[in-house]
Amino acid sequence: MPAVSMTVNGKAVRAEVDSRTLLVQFLRETLRLTGTHVGCDTSQCGACVVHVDGVAVKSCAMLAVQAEGAEVLTIEGVATGEALHPMQEAFRQNHGLQCGYCTPGMIMTALDIVRRKGHELDDQTIREELEGNLCRCTGYHNIVKSIAAGARAMASGDPALKAAE
Amino acid sequence: MSVTGIGAPVRRKEDFRFITGAGRYTADIGLPGQVHLHFLRSTHAHARITRIQAGHASRMPGVLAILTGADIAADKLGPLVCGWMIHSTDGSPMKMAPHPTLPIDTVRYVGEPVVAVIAERPDQARDAAEAVVIDYEELPAVVDPATAQRDGAPQIHEIAPRNAIFHWQLGDAAAVDAAFKQAASVTSLDIVNNRLVPNAIEPRAAIAEYDPGTESYTLWNTSQNPHVARLVLSAFVGVAPEHRLRVVAPDVGGGFGSKIFIYAEEVVTLVAARRVHRPVRWIADRSEAFVADAHGRDHVTKAEMALDRDGKILGLRVKTIANLGAYMSTFSSSIPTYLYATLLSGQYAIPAIHCAVDAVYTNTVPVDAYRGAGRPEATYVVERLMEVSARRLGIDPAELRRRNFITSFPHQTPVIMSYDCGNYAASLDKALALADYAGFGARKRESEARGKLRGIGLSAYIEACGIAPSQAVGSLGAGVGLWESAEVRVNPTGSVEVLTGSHSHGQGHETTFAQLVSGRLGIPIESISIVHGDTDKVQFGMGTYGSRSGAVGMSAIVKALDKVEAKAKKVAAHLLEAAETDIVFENGKFTVAGTDKSATFGEVALNAYLAHKFVGADLEPGLKEGAFYDPVNFTFPAGCHVCEVEIDPETGRVTVARFTAVDDFGVVINPMIVEGQVHGGIAQGIGQALMEQVVYDEGGQLVTGSYNDYVMPRAADFPLLAVDTTVTPCPGNPLGIKGCGEAGAIAAPAAVMNAVTDALGTEDVPMPANQLTVWTVLQRAARQQAAE
Amino acid sequence: MYEFTYHRASGLRQATNLLGKHEEAKLIAGGQSLLPMMKFRLASPSDLVDLNKIEGLNGIELTSRALVIGALARHAEVHVSPEVQQGIPALAALAGLIGDPAVRHRGTLGGSLANNDPTADYPAAALALGATIVTTKRKIPADEFFAGLFETVLEADEIITKVSFPLPKKAAYQKFRNPASRYAIVGVFVAKRPSEVRVAVTGAGASGAFRVPEFEAALQKRFSPKALDGLSVPAEGLASDIHASAEYRAHLVGVMARRAVAAANG
Repeated sequence: MPAVSMTVNGKAVRAEVDSRTLLVQFLRETLRLTGTHVGCDTSQCGACVVHVDGVAVKSCAMLAVQAEGAEVLTIEGVATGEALHPMQEAFRQNHGLQCGYCTPGMIMTALDIVRRKGHELDDQTIREELEGNLCRCTGYHNIVKSIAAGARAMASGDPALKAAE
Repeated sequence: MSVTGIGAPVRRKEDFRFITGAGRYTADIGLPGQVHLHFLRSTHAHARITRIQAGHASRMPGVLAILTGADIAADKLGPLVCGWMIHSTDGSPMKMAPHPTLPIDTVRYVGEPVVAVIAERPDQARDAAEAVVIDYEELPAVVDPATAQRDGAPQIHEIAPRNAIFHWQLGDAAAVDAAFKQAASVTSLDIVNNRLVPNAIEPRAAIAEYDPGTESYTLWNTSQNPHVARLVLSAFVGVAPEHRLRVVAPDVGGGFGSKIFIYAEEVVTLVAARRVHRPVRWIADRSEAFVADAHGRDHVTKAEMALDRDGKILGLRVKTIANLGAYMSTFSSSIPTYLYATLLSGQYAIPAIHCAVDAVYTNTVPVDAYRGAGRPEATYVVERLMEVSARRLGIDPAELRRRNFITSFPHQTPVIMSYDCGNYAASLDKALALADYAGFGARKRESEARGKLRGIGLSAYIEACGIAPSQAVGSLGAGVGLWESAEVRVNPTGSVEVLTGSHSHGQGHETTFAQLVSGRLGIPIESISIVHGDTDKVQFGMGTYGSRSGAVGMSAIVKALDKVEAKAKKVAAHLLEAAETDIVFENGKFTVAGTDKSATFGEVALNAYLAHKFVGADLEPGLKEGAFYDPVNFTFPAGCHVCEVEIDPETGRVTVARFTAVDDFGVVINPMIVEGQVHGGIAQGIGQALMEQVVYDEGGQLVTGSYNDYVMPRAADFPLLAVDTTVTPCPGNPLGIKGCGEAGAIAAPAAVMNAVTDALGTEDVPMPANQLTVWTVLQRAARQQAAE
Repeated sequence: MYEFTYHRASGLRQATNLLGKHEEAKLIAGGQSLLPMMKFRLASPSDLVDLNKIEGLNGIELTSRALVIGALARHAEVHVSPEVQQGIPALAALAGLIGDPAVRHRGTLGGSLANNDPTADYPAAALALGATIVTTKRKIPADEFFAGLFETVLEADEIITKVSFPLPKKAAYQKFRNPASRYAIVGVFVAKRPSEVRVAVTGAGASGAFRVPEFEAALQKRFSPKALDGLSVPAEGLASDIHASAEYRAHLVGVMARRAVAAANG
């Protein structure tokens, strides 16, 4: 079995894996980081979105061995210690989640949207950027609000104040 | 009202774990030594199994066991059952065909599990499943419910000639006939309510563990009602005695009905755990979920409404064929009957209603409750008829509704229900104002100037939630009671655990239930834990579906809190050396009336356990009370939704331009959470109206078997939703709650389709009105125009 | 997924050798089409040769006559590349319509062309722009590259290294999505080149992307949506499924072509 080494949430990890192990399986089963979810098998739902070398990818559509040497960030690595990331706080403040299953992927995608599109996000931009993330609970309404608020909060660096609308 | 009590938009207590990735869903549970189960499923819609060869597969790497229907039969496990008895008009019981956990001789739908392979690793189980050879002898299949009823249609079960499960009716046919004779006009519609896949984003999963020492089982699974699952698995299927089976539903990623039912997969996983003496895990792939989870809706209906000269409804006649799929799922029979026909009066005073329902078997995935369950289908019938009638009579659709509204309560409909309260004009008026109904004409002209078609549609829906009382539903055929339980445990430190039989899978009970307790006991919300979803912790409960958790589940908590308060007052009386009748409890403080002597809730809790101030013969130590609450009636949430669509006539693409919802849910515990429920319901309703549909080909193959063909609504499919409420408190329960979980899914399809048909100028538009459908309708109209 | 052997190629020569050595080997770049196929067990390569660590395959270069994009350039890179946005803005826009943002971070130009999915976007652009596909063995004009459903003229051990897109005078792409899969039900790329007008259609063809000579001839005379009035493609031979009948697709080809011309004219 090939060996793979990568950095996950700032921590170096190394393991031997079956070639056919997907990155999401490696994260969930080998590293027991179960915050990254699997909601489909056609890489459409986005519950498995993580960041690889700084960009959002679907960890169900990447082999673990392809992440050799990569920096991987999962939902477990987003908060700093006890302090929630402003985007996480925005989801809480704006009721951007219900069952919570799609939420890790939504938050990882949201951070990627901010990276690419900045802190002032209009409703339509966010909706189009969520092309690859499905939610069955919220009707997306409060997810869109959460992402807009979280993006603004990230600019100001004040999660508690800015995430609340 | 305290800031965390009833009515406050408290941020959810459960969110922290979900936004940090610390939620614990079934698939997240990793047990030492766990192995994996994969189902080999039928590739045929209808076939005889002539032989199963698993010898080679069983010797493949990692394989621990291979189970077939014969193994399940050898264990003498009972069939899966439908728990609601419906009798046909002639008095005969519904034709419930045997539903084996795994079939022995015949498969009846594509995706039916046939063989289970258990192996060390998931890929090994899958590899071995591919090596199992099943020989089939194909049989003719039928997927269309109307076709299934005809003479000569393939017969799916011996017990059910012409695939008929029941012929059921409700209402007074003679009175309806008389009403139609007097009618000035009759509106007729042929309606298909499209079949849907619930598609909770978490696929179903199960992990079973068997402890040979105690001969007991634990099942972690994605359930909306773990206690009912345990009851059925023990009493009907016979996997294990109830007291030696623990069912845990941990964090569950959405349900929408699909996780109510007792399915084959959980049974087989339990059996496998005993056979291999290892924890066994099954996790559905999404594509597997398309055939493993019960589908929703699937009605074919002919509906007629008789009106007098003034647009007053005289009568309603409805005939529906309900497709229940290849087997009767857990509650399937109740959906097209008591959750459907009983709501056909809508918000209107209709003197005579008759509904006949034929339920049929087809070679398709079983159909059962999906968000709204029967009530969306009823609303779609009534609200399409209202809109079409208004257009035919040249009366404004809002006005026609207003003329027919029920205005005095209680109101007995001709179809069982007794509406307890409501103010339908209030929600209509508020919705019209919020939607700027008056400004529609200008917006339509603006759309037309851009070459687009625009339409508006209303849906003034009613639903019945908190299915109840148990005695009444029992008389209608329910196999279970529909009460709820609660236990309030006050700890010596004054913190509180509430054990509830409700189950939260997105609804936020850990917050709303805590709000109730916080307001009542005057303690911080942080000092309260809501415990649910574990049969070892909560003694019994009925679970969460049918928007019942507020109206029924919270009422049980109120009842338990009443008992806690009464007991605490006794303790306080001893502590404060006063008469029990002089103790007043307010804002978390026990006071002796007319004095400044008081004790905090925490002090009383501690003293209840110290038991130093009273004698055990007078008062039992401790502070823990339980209650069962059985409602006195259904609740009747109602409201008005308004949809505006814009259509690109070149492509047929429909865009929802505006959507407004005004709902009367009675007293609202947490407006933030209620709005969220409405948003989600509307999205599913719009999904049904414009996007989602299950398609089978004639041979019974599922064409829409993955997200590549089944259209899931996405963020860009919706506008900002305008959501508001009106309040008439429900008189039937202590909190005045009606329920909010399904309203959007119930109201939205009719509102959207009324808007689409308004834009297109024709009523003959099937759901979903997707781009191909709308383009086809426009082409037809163009051809007709050319011919004229 | 079935078992396979994974190879991380460090150079094109090594990758070529691996392909030659293992008959059932397949290249993997972004993997956004291949891995889902493998998950469904619809593809079963014995070996996967991963191109991602090979250097020099993801450059984007704009010359006075052409835009040259490396085979490993991700859709997201093409979408935001200043060179692409300056040279062929329609191509940058097209790249931003493929899949979703996360898919665009992995999926590559070379992978998309080599896969030749009949509903993919890049084949329409390659045909309409008259691109040249450069491989480890030769240069192949787009007109000769595609060979039917999921088929190209690439040999078993041939690897795309870059694609050269001659700069058009005007171009635009209009995509009408399948509401479920999000691939094109119909996508039309229109390019007004110095020498000719090309109209290429993806999504609609039962055997892959194709050009529409009648539309091209009409637009050659007058590059305006009106030039297409009265013209249509026959429904016969077009793809048909639950999302779009052949007639609907034929109709949409006209609608999207007119919209593309209008967009190209700005």
